[in-house]
Amino acid sequence: MKRWTLWVPLALFVSFCALAAYQLTRPKTEFVASTMIGKPLPEFALRAAVADRPALSSADFRDGKPRLFNIFASWCIPCAAEAPQLEALRRRGADIVSVAIRDHPEDVAYFLARYGNPYSKIGADDLSEVQLGIGSSGVPETFVIDGKGVIRYQHIGDIRASDVPVLLEKLEEARR
Amino acid sequence: MKFWPFIAALVAIYLAAAPSTVAAQDSLPPAPYAYNQLDDPQQEAAAQALMETLRCLKCQSQSIADSDAPMAGDMRHQVRTRIAMGEDPEDIRAWLIERYGDYVSYAPTVSETTWPLFAIPLLLILVAAIVLWRRFRRRA
Amino acid sequence: MIAELGLAALWLAAALAALQLVAGAFAQRDGAAELAALARPAAIIQGLLAAFSFLMLLILFARTDLSVKLVAMNSHSAKPMIFKLSGAFGNHEGSMLLWITVMALAGALIAAVERRLPERTMMATLGAQAFVGLGFYAFLLFSSNPFERLPEPALEGMGLNPLLQDIGLVFHPPTLYVGYVGLSVAFSFAVGALLTRQVTPDFARAMRPWVLGAWIFLTLGITAGSYWAYYELGWGGWWFWDPVENASLMPWLAATALLHSASVLAARDALRAWTIMLGVVAFSMSMVGTFLVRSGILTSVHAFAVDPERGTFILILLSIYIGGALLLFGLRAGTVAEGERFSVTSREAALVFNNVMLSAILGIVLLGTLYPLVTEAFDVRVSVGPPYFNPVGAIFVVPMLIVMAVGPLLRWRQDSVARIRLPMVIAATATLAVLFLVMLTSDIGILPLLGLSLSFGLAIASFMPLRGRKLRMLPLATWGMVMAHFGIAVSLFGMACESAFSEETLAAVEIGDSAEVGPWSVALSEVRPTAGPNWTALEGRLMVSYDGGKPREIDPQSRNFWAPPQETTESALVTRWNGQLYAVIGREAGDGRWQLRLWWKPFVTLIWYGGVLIALGGVLALIGRLLNDLKRRSVKSRGAARREAQA
Repeated sequence: MKRWTLWVPLALFVSFCALAAYQLTRPKTEFVASTMIGKPLPEFALRAAVADRPALSSADFRDGKPRLFNIFASWCIPCAAEAPQLEALRRRGADIVSVAIRDHPEDVAYFLARYGNPYSKIGADDLSEVQLGIGSSGVPETFVIDGKGVIRYQHIGDIRASDVPVLLEKLEEARR
Repeated sequence: MKFWPFIAALVAIYLAAAPSTVAAQDSLPPAPYAYNQLDDPQQEAAAQALMETLRCLKCQSQSIADSDAPMAGDMRHQVRTRIAMGEDPEDIRAWLIERYGDYVSYAPTVSETTWPLFAIPLLLILVAAIVLWRRFRRRA
Repeated sequence: MIAELGLAALWLAAALAALQLVAGAFAQRDGAAELAALARPAAIIQGLLAAFSFLMLLILFARTDLSVKLVAMNSHSAKPMIFKLSGAFGNHEGSMLLWITVMALAGALIAAVERRLPERTMMATLGAQAFVGLGFYAFLLFSSNPFERLPEPALEGMGLNPLLQDIGLVFHPPTLYVGYVGLSVAFSFAVGALLTRQVTPDFARAMRPWVLGAWIFLTLGITAGSYWAYYELGWGGWWFWDPVENASLMPWLAATALLHSASVLAARDALRAWTIMLGVVAFSMSMVGTFLVRSGILTSVHAFAVDPERGTFILILLSIYIGGALLLFGLRAGTVAEGERFSVTSREAALVFNNVMLSAILGIVLLGTLYPLVTEAFDVRVSVGPPYFNPVGAIFVVPMLIVMAVGPLLRWRQDSVARIRLPMVIAATATLAVLFLVMLTSDIGILPLLGLSLSFGLAIASFMPLRGRKLRMLPLATWGMVMAHFGIAVSLFGMACESAFSEETLAAVEIGDSAEVGPWSVALSEVRPTAGPNWTALEGRLMVSYDGGKPREIDPQSRNFWAPPQETTESALVTRWNGQLYAVIGREAGDGRWQLRLWWKPFVTLIWYGGVLIALGGVLALIGRLLNDLKRRSVKSRGAARREAQA
């Protein structure tokens, strides 16, 4: 055995330690980000999730107006937590459409009655088809879609108060 | 949660105070093809083979073929219906990778980010061959 | 009071470890005989104190003493007693206490019984064991105190993860831990030998039973863990290449290589540096695995928040111990002579080949496990799973299995192929016959096909070393080898059959209706509610019959635990000699029908029977070695007595 080969195990171990130490200092990425940013929405046409809001289809996004696309569900607790922020976004001029994932109409109606309804259209995504189609991996998530129906930005998790200006800015960017 | 859970789970339990993502479950029945097989056994086998290599996005390292998470069920439905429509399994994988990146597939392919996964085994073969060859050449 | 006793015992044990380290270190110099004499007693008392401390923790859990934080966080008064006890090590702090207890007891055992090593190496070994132990004591005492009290006793405990409330998991973790930590002995031996440069066949003979012992427990632990995952997770899978599984497989691979290279060193005084290296690597893999799992940097489930402080602590311990040992290896191994030579056709050569292959497999598992971490550093997330591990691992497993069939037939030092031609031809014929037969009759994947045919060849070849030997005279260790190698063949056969011939039926069934899976017919006759001490469940009553035979009843459940709230599926199994029926009842489909998941898995049980055989082979070998040692020792002492009498 050559002398230098005796140091190979130590060298490998040191690189492992360096990698592990680096990973320990970084916050763990828990989310799977969509890789659909910059790509157009897939084609879909969903039925309405509740009686008092129209249904949602991919064609609705191509009217030249950028909007927020919220993925939520009545059974999801963080979705209730982000309701005030969505309301704030709506008041500041954002058009918000949404899909309800795997939900009963009466549950959605109850949820909206209790936490507020900032949505102009709500589709029912009973098989998570739209969710899978845009690369979303959980609820809630919020996407910024531009006027041509292209996905521009993804926000994962519930919207905190500090995220509101970020989303408004992304919406503004999508207008250009 | 998956295997040797013991150790993994005991970390989880210890951290029971940490927020849990399993908080709520939806009440909708599972998607039609989440827990039902395709009628054609060959198509079902193809779907099953593919599902075993796709990662459940809501679980800790589990494939969608062995998870009860509703989203895994919807992904199984997606895979089975597409296979039933005659789509090629690798096209379905590509469709998912386009949406979620390489993370969603347990079967890495040679790419810019994954080539060492294939180069290093080749290197190992080479090293093993050299070690054995030198050892025996000297000794024989 | 009990908690305080436990904590005090732990501090005392740590102090004794420090004493043991000092004594071991001073023994390396001349003229410190008095201090050196302390090392052994210190090791023994340290072991007893650590065990006492662990006993105190068990008592706290048995009594559900809710004034102790750990108990309140992990136990619940409504839990059955056995799960209260297993809950003691079903958490981070308790399992670390178990770790240190096993380590201290192993140290005590070496101090009490090991007499073969030269005194200086022995002292260096005890010192090394104490040095490693000290780090873990510090970890426990400063950042993971299991005996911490709450300011106010809790009203009720938070419970134990229901998946862990299973009889299999009462025995699985301690078994695995004994294996993991038992390898610390090999580590300390290797470090001790490097310090004193005494790497001899005697050293290998002294180390071998310890490695064998740890390896037996590892084998059993992995086998049990795999079976647990199989029946508890409810999807019929038995190995997932999950990081946590890999963390247990890697030390096993290293220990297996170590066992074989130690045999070469013991019998032929070759592979000195390599054996030392493996001694270091085996325990290093235990520690690396523990780090990966504990620090949370590998598990991706959302609920597993990371404790960076704890991860940092383990990482520092790792770099001190593994880094230090590898540094010592780099410095010293060059001065350890290579040892005897041998020819290509010899037992040693086959063992070297097997070692190289095992190391390559270890490398692949390590690579596949760590690679996602590497890409994450560049903000790219990838997954590495069975489609990678199976074929890439097979590149090395297949040649290893072939050489494994041949190697035991060869003689040490120099042999000729001609001498073993007959058994080789028989095994090869069996392999090829099965290969072609299966290829003609069924359409299965290439890996199961290879596995199936090789399992036959290996099964036959594993008994060949008995050929032409007087069976009554054969050493137990040889019987052990035969049994362990046969166990590998059995397990391989089970794996190949499971992956090639399993049948699956998913069906939504009304009460009174039935479904078919393979040769089984399964009828759902009733779904009824039932309850246990800390859960409620829906239980399905299934009447199952094999091939139209007499029906029997099985009752899979879907359980709801309330502390903590979680749903689990309890599968119901029917075991036959030729396989298992696996039944799970799921949710109601929404229209009055119930989801049934059914599998027929031919010969699946052989996977675990094979594992048990491998471990039993280890036990036979261990008994054989120990008996030999006793004999040699008594001969020696009789000789000494005779000399004394003559004088």
